[in-house]
Amino acid sequence: MNKLIFGRYIPGDSFIHRLDPRGKLLLSFYFIGIIFLAHNWQSYLLLFLFTMFAVLMSRVNLGFFIRGVRPLIWLILFTVILQIFFTRGGHLYWHWGPLVVSQYGLVNGGYIFMRFVLIIFMSTLLTLTTPPLQLSDAIESILKPFKVFHLPVYEIALMISIALRFVPTLMDETEKIMNAQRARGVDFGSGSLSQKMRAIIPLLIPLFVNSFNRAEDLATAMEARGYQGGEGRTKYRVLTWKGQDTLAVAAFAVITGLLIWLR
Amino acid sequence: MDITFKDVAFTYQAGSPFASDALTDINLTIHDQAFTAIIGHTGSGKSTLVQHLNALLKPSAGTVTIGERVITPETDNKNLKPIRQKVGMVFQFPENQLFEETVAKDIAFGPMNFGVSEADALQRATEMVQLVGLDTQYLERSPFDLSGGQMRRVAIAGVLAMKPEVLILDEPTAGLDPVGRREILGMVERLHREQHLTVVLITHLMEDVAAYADQVVVMDRGQVAKTGTPQAVFQDVAWLQSHQLGVPETALFAEKLKQRGFQFEQLPLTEAALAAALAPQLPLTKRGATDE
Amino acid sequence: MANIIEVTDLSYHYPQMEQRPALQHVNFTVQAGEWLAIIGHNGSGKSTLAKSLDGLLTPDPQNKGEIKVAGLTLTDETVWQIRAKIGMVFQNPDNQFVGATVEDDVAFGLENRGVPRPEMQERVHAALKRVRMTEFADREPARLSGGQKQRVAIAGIIAQRPDIIILDESTSMLDPKGRAEVLATVRQLNQEDHLTVISITHDIDEAAQANRIVVLDDGQVKETGTPAEIFAYGERLIEMGLDVPYAERLKTALRQVGADVPKQYLTEEGMADWLWTSHSKM
Repeated sequence: MNKLIFGRYIPGDSFIHRLDPRGKLLLSFYFIGIIFLAHNWQSYLLLFLFTMFAVLMSRVNLGFFIRGVRPLIWLILFTVILQIFFTRGGHLYWHWGPLVVSQYGLVNGGYIFMRFVLIIFMSTLLTLTTPPLQLSDAIESILKPFKVFHLPVYEIALMISIALRFVPTLMDETEKIMNAQRARGVDFGSGSLSQKMRAIIPLLIPLFVNSFNRAEDLATAMEARGYQGGEGRTKYRVLTWKGQDTLAVAAFAVITGLLIWLR
Repeated sequence: MDITFKDVAFTYQAGSPFASDALTDINLTIHDQAFTAIIGHTGSGKSTLVQHLNALLKPSAGTVTIGERVITPETDNKNLKPIRQKVGMVFQFPENQLFEETVAKDIAFGPMNFGVSEADALQRATEMVQLVGLDTQYLERSPFDLSGGQMRRVAIAGVLAMKPEVLILDEPTAGLDPVGRREILGMVERLHREQHLTVVLITHLMEDVAAYADQVVVMDRGQVAKTGTPQAVFQDVAWLQSHQLGVPETALFAEKLKQRGFQFEQLPLTEAALAAALAPQLPLTKRGATDE
Repeated sequence: MANIIEVTDLSYHYPQMEQRPALQHVNFTVQAGEWLAIIGHNGSGKSTLAKSLDGLLTPDPQNKGEIKVAGLTLTDETVWQIRAKIGMVFQNPDNQFVGATVEDDVAFGLENRGVPRPEMQERVHAALKRVRMTEFADREPARLSGGQKQRVAIAGIIAQRPDIIILDESTSMLDPKGRAEVLATVRQLNQEDHLTVISITHDIDEAAQANRIVVLDDGQVKETGTPAEIFAYGERLIEMGLDVPYAERLKTALRQVGADVPKQYLTEEGMADWLWTSHSKM
């Protein structure tokens, strides 16, 4: 569990950490869009330098970003290899039946590889520098206009925030139940597939039962504290858009301009 | 079966940025057939320590010898099952581990994992459910329909059904009412006395330590701060209090009486011991039951 | 003093439990500013009683009785008003922590009642200060001890400025240190802010804090009295779901060695005095 980097927050106080989560979330999506504007090595170099600059500014160890790529490496290599073997054009280095290795293929393979890595770096930057709670606030804020269509925005945000709050509690509980069943002779993760499946039942049932009990307790506690749904509630947490956030948007605008110019 | 710790250290998430030392320099023997109490405030390493007793955790350094088996940092995770059968472990709030459709099946689950036939395991369930003070009519009930205290007994029966030689209990009475507390501890004491089970009890209740334990292990910041008989460990009231540890009420009260002028050769730890020590210093109007 | 809670002929029957009612014809009152302990063994109806006071149980047509809180009779219309007057701390510290951080959790009740943000900030900070958790304001619950989580729950209640605080076995899952911290906090609220306290408990130290104790058994009020009156039951307290106070346990042991101990309840101090006087007579 601890090897998973994606979705993990590294506390800090850098410029990137302090940015408004709404801005960060939207700009991360925007970045995925503008990366498709890049079509030559100059534009990829520009995007690469821009991403590295952002990574550097976050003052988070580069190792965390590289580890973020690791779980997806097979998907990336598979896509890159397909690209290389099936693209024709330019100098032909090798061919066998429908498979070729051409100049264009290699270049496109390189571009695709860059595209994956940059997108992963950017989204990892978002999750490493934004506490999950702020992300859920950002989602709530961004979804607010959809209230018109009776989307229960407030309830969705509360659900996300309670779910996030219970993640460590449930991980703790999972470990406790696993230990208890191990002490009763269960072998997790060994034996045939059907044995593995069977071993998981004594873990899942208590986990479900306990979670339902927790949910019931929590609902009672919330009611006792006056929770009657989203109507008429005020918010303790507010997000404020600052100059630095406008600056970040401006930086992205400049990059977009440069990319168009480089085409 | 003795369990011996030699120079044991343990680190959680070793080698990651989140590594934290939980145990250092542990040298300790849990003697066969003894009743050992482990005390220490929350976070002192008690639970981490006991998870080494049945190889749920392996030491990061040093060795743990469990009967014939020696556990080192290099020990393979396979073939640890025989240890877990011999060393039964009742975790905190063990009712959270119940999962079967019926009480009988849940109690039989442990023994069956260790190769006991279904018929024998169900036979054991019948025995154990009575041993923990429940009627056999509960056997066919769903464990989830029982009260919290009853669920806890079923969970303990599930561990006892494995017929362990060593029984570890991590705060088995937490959250129970006084009747439930008395019954569970009385049962543990009976198992220790009648079936010569080796018992290791983690607890915050010093009265229980004073009443039942032969040996006390005091944990503090991942180290063994003191070991000895309750009589020896509880003599130094000031030291215990400075380590945020409770002291049996009798010891505290006897300290108060000392300041008023009563005399004790040794600080008594139980009400009976205090009464016996006070008897010669009080005018007795009638002869005590013990003198007759 | 005026009664802040009046319970008249309250009965409650869980819909799924056919056999016996959880509460039967319960009558009692609580005075403003008082600390009332409710004791009883597991299954005696204590928690059901606590939850009914806050209107947290599903109403059932079979159930009768009247609950009045600060002059308001509990009905569907008044339930939210009454909940605003009562703060409840439950047993499991984890299962009542709603917010992602300490301050978010304290603010939760205020957000529900639509308190404007500047006032909310002020009240959250004041409440955290009151329970001595200010330095933990931005901590996540996973990094708090049980006692700290319960103090956060109390801060959430203080911030709402209720008249009554109900502790529903709030210290039973805590270690001795956590229990002492929580009790000290509640004692302060009772003495300094004159908050009415109702504590449901098995803990003798907690019951000893009370002005009065109500003993519940089988869903009925069996006994009401001061701690001294109730504690005089000695060993029989165990069946009532309470530990035996130390002085009473010592008395039993002394009786066995032949000492003529007094019958009435003695505090530990009183017991020490009695022992010394007897000793001096020798």
